[in-house]
Amino acid sequence: MISYAFRRVLSAIPIVFLTITVCFFILRLAPGGPFDGERALPVNVLKNLRAHYNLDQPILTQFFLYVGGVLRGDFGPSMVMEDFTVSRLLSIGLPFTLMLGFTAFIVGTIAGLVAGALAAVNQNRWPDYLLVFVVLIPLIIPNFLMANLAQLIFGVYLGWLPVGGYRAGSYINLVMPILILAMPHGARVARLVRGSMIEVLGTNYIRTARSKGLGAALILTRHAIKPALLPVVSYLGPGLSYLLTGSLVVEQIFALPGIGKYFITAALNRDYGLVLGTTILYVFIILALNLIVDVLYAWLDPKVRLN
Amino acid sequence: MAGITGKDTTLTAYADALEREAPKGRSLTQDALRRLFANKAALVSIFLLAAVILIAIFGPYFLPWPYDKIDWTSIRKPPDFSKGHFLGTDQNGRDMAARILQGTQMSLTVAGVATVVSVVIGIAYGAIAGYFGGRIDAAMMRFVDIMYALPYILFVIILVVIFGRSPVLLFVGIGCLEWLTMARIVRGQTLSLKEREFIEAARAGGAKPFAIIFRHIVPNLTGPVVIYATLTVPEIILTESFLSYLGLGVQEPQTSLGTLISFGAPVAEALPWMLFGPALFLVLMLVCFSYIGDGLRDALDPKDR
Amino acid sequence: MKQVLSVQNMSVTFALHNSEVHAVREMNFDLAEGETLAVVGESGSGKSQAFLAIMGLLARNGRTGGRAMMGDVNLIGMATDQLDRYRGKDIAMIFQDPMTSLNPSLKIKTQLSEVLVKHRGFDKAKATNTAIEMLERVGIPEPAKRANAYPHQLSGGMRQRVMIAMALLCQPKILIADEPTTALDVTVQAQMLDLFKTLTDDFGTSLVLITHDLGVVAGVADRMMVMYGGRAVEKGGVDDLFYDPRHPYTLGLLHSTPHIAKRAARLDPIQGLPPSLEHLPKGCSFNPRCAFAFDRCLIERPPLTDAGSGREKACFYEGPMAYGKVA
Repeated sequence: MISYAFRRVLSAIPIVFLTITVCFFILRLAPGGPFDGERALPVNVLKNLRAHYNLDQPILTQFFLYVGGVLRGDFGPSMVMEDFTVSRLLSIGLPFTLMLGFTAFIVGTIAGLVAGALAAVNQNRWPDYLLVFVVLIPLIIPNFLMANLAQLIFGVYLGWLPVGGYRAGSYINLVMPILILAMPHGARVARLVRGSMIEVLGTNYIRTARSKGLGAALILTRHAIKPALLPVVSYLGPGLSYLLTGSLVVEQIFALPGIGKYFITAALNRDYGLVLGTTILYVFIILALNLIVDVLYAWLDPKVRLN
Repeated sequence: MAGITGKDTTLTAYADALEREAPKGRSLTQDALRRLFANKAALVSIFLLAAVILIAIFGPYFLPWPYDKIDWTSIRKPPDFSKGHFLGTDQNGRDMAARILQGTQMSLTVAGVATVVSVVIGIAYGAIAGYFGGRIDAAMMRFVDIMYALPYILFVIILVVIFGRSPVLLFVGIGCLEWLTMARIVRGQTLSLKEREFIEAARAGGAKPFAIIFRHIVPNLTGPVVIYATLTVPEIILTESFLSYLGLGVQEPQTSLGTLISFGAPVAEALPWMLFGPALFLVLMLVCFSYIGDGLRDALDPKDR
Repeated sequence: MKQVLSVQNMSVTFALHNSEVHAVREMNFDLAEGETLAVVGESGSGKSQAFLAIMGLLARNGRTGGRAMMGDVNLIGMATDQLDRYRGKDIAMIFQDPMTSLNPSLKIKTQLSEVLVKHRGFDKAKATNTAIEMLERVGIPEPAKRANAYPHQLSGGMRQRVMIAMALLCQPKILIADEPTTALDVTVQAQMLDLFKTLTDDFGTSLVLITHDLGVVAGVADRMMVMYGGRAVEKGGVDDLFYDPRHPYTLGLLHSTPHIAKRAARLDPIQGLPPSLEHLPKGCSFNPRCAFAFDRCLIERPPLTDAGSGREKACFYEGPMAYGKVA
């Protein structure tokens, strides 16, 4: 188990390095830059700026300086938000984004599991039909539209929830963003659980468990859940990517101080340093979480673990 | 790369099936399409979608206002049939109906361009991997696996940063990132076709690998391409509207459904028609694609019902 | 002798979209303490469904009628939570496919010990020890080590031994074995049948052996019930039925079984296919495949009647039935 996890960690390192390299060169070699504004800057100012950001060095030197910095946790300066380093911005935004993402992840996963299992146990009865229909809504309507409609309905018309913003401790502001983020995730989990649960409940080994007189509760919790979770766990990897995509838009719409908002702002301002830093951090987080998912999968499926 | 709609799971299963069912690769696809047309919800969706596309293309010729013409007498006005503003006007007095149709056109064009780009790259990559097999195949497919693990949207946004205000380049870029699943499908198909008599005959006759790929394998890919495109177009529509919504996509005075929604959302309380018009069109298209996609999924896996 | 199970007028029906299928009709039999009853028939004869119904394991669209008395308790129509007091404890079942009948994600010891925890109230340690003893008893080498294994690490024969151990943990009064040897190698089959014989004798368990293979029945069973088209067509002692079959279908089965038919000149399979339960022929269900059928068989269904010396048969034909005349 531990050696399995270790091998997975080793195989992830080249991917991170490759991402850093590719993104760095693409961004550096792209035409235009943060200082090509509407109004041309005086030559001297531009020269000083470029020197300040190491942009006057050969590109390979820049690359090695950057990689060295990243290894020490220094992602360089932000080129647009002048008083901040990228590391500083990320360290402000990251905890918030992680908190938002994980809460939505947990809310969505649990809701999806419960709903999916309920539908499977009641297959072809009204709870099942209801779920299959409800689940379609967040899967079809894009999250930015859902977010806008929710702001309009619950924030403006009904006035139940604040439409956006966040200060430390004002958790009520997070209710809508978390739900918007959690809904499509929960819907996908519910669909998967429903499908795999129906399949598992029809297997021979569940029939064996019933023949032993174990009772419905024990059959569900001990015999059915583990195998039914396998497809859900293998979905969680891609699911995390969807959540990340969602958090970009949710942080933007609800004006929340996470790295998603910085990322979008940086992209709009062509702030290469910040875009690069955020991308590396995202890729790192995604790979780390995928690793956890893989290990979890191995735990659930003895065949993977033991072979 | 993990996309937005989760089409990859369906398509990967399909790619595996193509590879497994070697001699029947073609009938698998034909069966699936036949079953799709037997599915009522999917069939209705196909017709609705065709109607939306036709309206988006030809509708503007029948509207009294072009999408960028300002009507100074009606700014921020709700639908008004006497003036020919059937879906109202925006803050600049431009006709919403015309703008929505232009936006729909843009969304569809973008989706079409990006899908074509991804199909071309996917065919080339998948056919080469599948045809040469062995270590080349293993290395090429390993690369695809790695790309799948990375979040798609990040790279799209990086492309936006690079290409900036050029929508055409941007959507070629999306196509460049979307080809992974197509490559898997084509590889599976190529692996199974490779063993068939007519390919062996061509090889025995001294045909070069690339000639075989383009003369014998590519023409057999029509079915898979149709299936792939059906599931990819909505994903790109969604990606485009997502980017445009964030201000990273299509720019004024051009417009797309995402751009329209992003302009309509902040003023939705006072001018609801500015949000609901484009939202309705986007959702309608996505619902249709979703039913077609579901129909396709069932059609590809008939035992799963 | 004391009866442990008495099935009276049992029927099993499945509701389809707009029709009903009768899988089992008017089934009656008694099972005495310690005896082995073989239930024989082709696939689709309703033999498995009958016993799944008794165990309360029918598919969702299945309905059971009649009674299955285990002592004073009627197992049919009982609420699931009440039935769970008997299933696994007094009446246990072993299934055809050992490869898929064990849960792939749980250790063998978990799947065994949970039965004892549930029905005997053992604590975990005691249950595990008892389970390991039982594994040894069914002939599993290194039982303590195997107990910690997952099903995919064991061979098919081993898994079936585990299934047997699991079914016998609570020393049930009745053990139902549904084609327990079909999925196994021929060499393992014989060992497995021996094991059944020894263990059920040791525990005084009554065994119901469901099979389509008369070769399996020969050495193990005391009595036999032959089923066709959802009904019992002949019942009686195994030796009586083997040497003097009174129903043409029983005769046909004997002729199509290799080691029994060796006395005859050649292997003689029954012609035609088993009937679809949805479209049973009018009259006797067997008439299209029967060499002895006469006009009455086409109109009237023969009831199961006493044929003397504890035998019953459902056939109008009373004349002699020589080997080789069927088909």
